[in-house]
Amino acid sequence: MEQPIKVLAIGRNEEIMTVLHRLLNAKEQRTGVTVTTDAEAVAACQQETFDIILFCAGVTPQEAAALTAKLRALQPRAVITRHFGGGSGLLENEIQNALAQRQ
Amino acid sequence: MATHTLHTANTRGHANHGWLDSHQTFSFANYYNPERVHFGALRVLNDDFVAGGKGFGSHPHDNMEIISIPLEGVLEHKDNMGNTKIIRQGDVQVMSTGSGVFHSEYNGDVIRPVKFLQIWLFPNQLNVTPRYDQITLKRADRQNQLQQVISPNPDDAGTWLYQDAWFHMGIFDKGFQTSYQLKKADNGIYAFVIKGSFTIDGQTLNERDGLGIADAGKIDITANDDQAELLIMEVPMDIQ
Repeated sequence: MEQPIKVLAIGRNEEIMTVLHRLLNAKEQRTGVTVTTDAEAVAACQQETFDIILFCAGVTPQEAAALTAKLRALQPRAVITRHFGGGSGLLENEIQNALAQRQ
Repeated sequence: MATHTLHTANTRGHANHGWLDSHQTFSFANYYNPERVHFGALRVLNDDFVAGGKGFGSHPHDNMEIISIPLEGVLEHKDNMGNTKIIRQGDVQVMSTGSGVFHSEYNGDVIRPVKFLQIWLFPNQLNVTPRYDQITLKRADRQNQLQQVISPNPDDAGTWLYQDAWFHMGIFDKGFQTSYQLKKADNGIYAFVIKGSFTIDGQTLNERDGLGIADAGKIDITANDDQAELLIMEVPMDIQ
């Protein structure tokens, strides 16, 4: 049986984040939280423990680097990575890859 | 010295949903093989069959350069940039998905299947304004020569995308020999056989086999069958 996992996805494109929220929560053992601002991301990481944190559409490399430093302090065990593709095709791969990195 | 990574056709991922029969050279959707995630900037190489009248409903993409190359039939594309287009054999479609785009893809014929390659590259810039392009190329111009279909330069032959990548296609007579010289040092070459058989850099490849070649300045290509068809993708190997 799969272990339950929690994923935080941070992106600026609200329409894509809506799709990602649905996809992340489409599996029983997986919970997805989606946010569109850095402040929401920090707040989420102060409230919950995540296994994977995904940077999605609209987050610049500079924003991702700055936010990674903040989130890493709050979530030292989370795999922080970039999500490519807007939920289509690569999301499950990226989650499996992140989980493999944690082991 | 060049290093080879061989992906024979029968080792690809495979998903058959009836209306969609997809063979995946690299990990995609529910096919995950940690040894087959990407070749440099080349992340997805799907060889898709879509039944008549069927297709993919509206779905999002971002930060990928998506190239569609129809092999048979017609593919209908609609996106939220206002494009409604048809592509068919001889056409090449590029979508730079950047900050995000929604699109649908359907077989444009209700009876005949459409077969196409869909290729995704990591971009060299994130969050660009989404862009759509398609071009029609003369297949006669790829007879016994490599025809450039994609480059990074809008002023160069073919269409262009946000990556230091060049794609060429060719259809060759049996025994015809040619070569491909890298456009940019340190790039790699991924050769995909669309039809027939080739010997590339000393490696025999059959239909739908793929060969990744790193650290090669130039590769030699020999067609082993008449009307053998090849796609050469030059891509950066170093991705951040």
